[in-house]
Amino acid sequence: MTATTTQRSEALITLRHGAGGRAMRQLIGETLAAGYLETKVDGIGLAAMDDGAALRIGDRWLVVTTDSHVVHPIFFPGGDIGRLAVAGTVNDLAMMGATAPLGLTCAVIIEEGFRRGDLERIQRSMQETCREAGVTILTGDTKVMGRGELDGIVINTTGVALTDAIVPDAGLRAGDRLLLTGSIGDHGMALMVKRHGLAIEAELRSDVAPINGLIQAALAAVPGAVTAMKDPTRGGVASALHEMAEKSEIGIVLHEPRVPVSPVVRAAAEMLGLDPFQIANEGKALLGVRPEAVDAVLAAVRAHPLGAAAEIVGECIADHVGRVILDTGLGRRLLVEAEGEPLPRIC
Amino acid sequence: MAEVLATEGAKELRFRDPAQARALSAALGRVVAEIGRAPVSVMHVCGSHEQSIAKFGLRAILPRDLNVIMGPGCPVCVTDIPEVDEAVVLAQDGVRIATYGDMLKVPGSMKSLADAQTEGAKVDVVYSAAQAADLARDTTEEIVFFASGFETTAVATAAVVLGDPPPNFSVLSAHKYIPPVMEIVAEMPGTKVEGFLAAGHAATITGSAIFERFVERHQIPVVVAGFEPLDILGGLVKLVELVRDRSPRVENMYPRCVTAEGNRNAQAQMWKVFRTVGGQWRGIAHVPNGNLRLRDEFAHVDARKRHHIDVRRLWSRSPSTLTQVCICGNIMAGIASPQECPLFGKECIPETPVGACMVSSEGTCKIWHQYGGHPDL
Repeated sequence: MTATTTQRSEALITLRHGAGGRAMRQLIGETLAAGYLETKVDGIGLAAMDDGAALRIGDRWLVVTTDSHVVHPIFFPGGDIGRLAVAGTVNDLAMMGATAPLGLTCAVIIEEGFRRGDLERIQRSMQETCREAGVTILTGDTKVMGRGELDGIVINTTGVALTDAIVPDAGLRAGDRLLLTGSIGDHGMALMVKRHGLAIEAELRSDVAPINGLIQAALAAVPGAVTAMKDPTRGGVASALHEMAEKSEIGIVLHEPRVPVSPVVRAAAEMLGLDPFQIANEGKALLGVRPEAVDAVLAAVRAHPLGAAAEIVGECIADHVGRVILDTGLGRRLLVEAEGEPLPRIC
Repeated sequence: MAEVLATEGAKELRFRDPAQARALSAALGRVVAEIGRAPVSVMHVCGSHEQSIAKFGLRAILPRDLNVIMGPGCPVCVTDIPEVDEAVVLAQDGVRIATYGDMLKVPGSMKSLADAQTEGAKVDVVYSAAQAADLARDTTEEIVFFASGFETTAVATAAVVLGDPPPNFSVLSAHKYIPPVMEIVAEMPGTKVEGFLAAGHAATITGSAIFERFVERHQIPVVVAGFEPLDILGGLVKLVELVRDRSPRVENMYPRCVTAEGNRNAQAQMWKVFRTVGGQWRGIAHVPNGNLRLRDEFAHVDARKRHHIDVRRLWSRSPSTLTQVCICGNIMAGIASPQECPLFGKECIPETPVGACMVSSEGTCKIWHQYGGHPDL
């Protein structure tokens, strides 16, 4: 082994590698996905690093996605780990264009000493969220591990769905408009305030929700007009837009004054020195829309209860490939991805 | 909270208005054109100014021929390596260190306080000098407050020192005093700086009149400015007007907070506790009267007098080669930009900073890394 490879294998995985940004994409590419990336798949496979995989079945597509959910605290304002586990996977399917899931699987790993009442509460929440999304759980698996071997509970859900057309996250073209389905920063900020016990006496609630119905409305408005979709979860809008810009080989201009941010999230972000663009969302999507269809798609999204605050927030350009330019209304700068989990500023 | 937010909204309207920003940007362009030579270089000496310029993307609307240089305005960044070493040695000797979060990762000659903490030393992050004193009240352990910052935070430290702190509390002062370093920059051979934008918050303490003597001596205008985007643009317009008119004088463009005489009471407290001594500012130069140290009357709260601090044991090995490549000094002196540093964004990132400019939220490199500097957009 050369000095560099020795160094690399002795390196440790850090939280930065799980934060949804560049470090995570690089680690996955170099380790977990290595060896599968070259495999030819009839459809969208691992190499696309999309929200899920899509396999051609006759003239339709079978979409599969999987997601493990860990969150601290497990109950937070606006949701809990159960709601997150259902909505997260349903939304990943929806982001591929598959808005009518056939069903979910659910694997749960529980730490010894976990309260049964809490498990029941999580189960009720999952059931409720399944009802909202029009989906059911088909099969599952349950394990219990010793105290201290994991932190409370981990829930993995896998979703399968059939769809007639796939919407990749790499489909943006110069001229496309970017539609954001609602306000940003609500989920991450609600969690951060709760997690760090910050004394902010304001109503901060996670936006966690299944948005397959909303996406269905957007796709049905003008068939073929939605060119790309991504949900700005970990890493926030900044990471999602970078990924879309890089994969689509275009540049993006984002207009800050048009991006909906609730006054409470804005105030909390300023106080804590955080950038709402880097904060996670769990019930929002970014859609690339052909310019001629933008009014119709926006109207359809706004007609849905979860899309009432939707806005056209930016457009795609042919130059500045892979970059996201933020027009602040006063000037312009690059929007950059978060390195690691955003933490409240201490000084 | 609702009322507070409503007022915030009103402020936003006044100080973040795009139409006014465009008008000020156009005015800047006109005045710089009237000067008729390029580039016109001015310097600000405040991390909060750089934060605002970068966050709102103001560099993209500045005239091409106006060069706004960030000077030595980040107190964390100019904290010298031996000062960090003093804190590290104390921590290694079992003294509990309380300090601002930004100071944690600042590299010393061998290690940072964060490294010492990983190895078992007791380091507490505090938000204020008062909180550090409170920490001492709750324990019998020796607490040393490793204090950094310019006039604004030095005043807060002074108030705690004068406020009868507990007997187990002392201060390791790395406080710095801004006016002398402006002299250094103005006197640097080949300096390009034609005007200074002075920091509004420090001036609330010192008053704007403190710059009169500087202006007289160096014939360079000084404009005191606030931190909202329109404050900065307005301050720059005034500054280039003074450059154009060859009219070196002090102008206060932050009158809603700053007066000519400043906060006399706060100044009295500060000078009662501190005296100025010369000292090295990291990467900049030896700055005569640039460091604030506790006066002899306060020896009992001066960590340097209460504890025997021998930093030489950290100096047995030479610093890493990366540290020698770091050009933080040139960046803070306004001679180089972060993009000219071979380490920037590669070996040197906020998680693993090589130089102090990548540590602090007020450091030029950290800010450029966060907001992408000022490429042509």
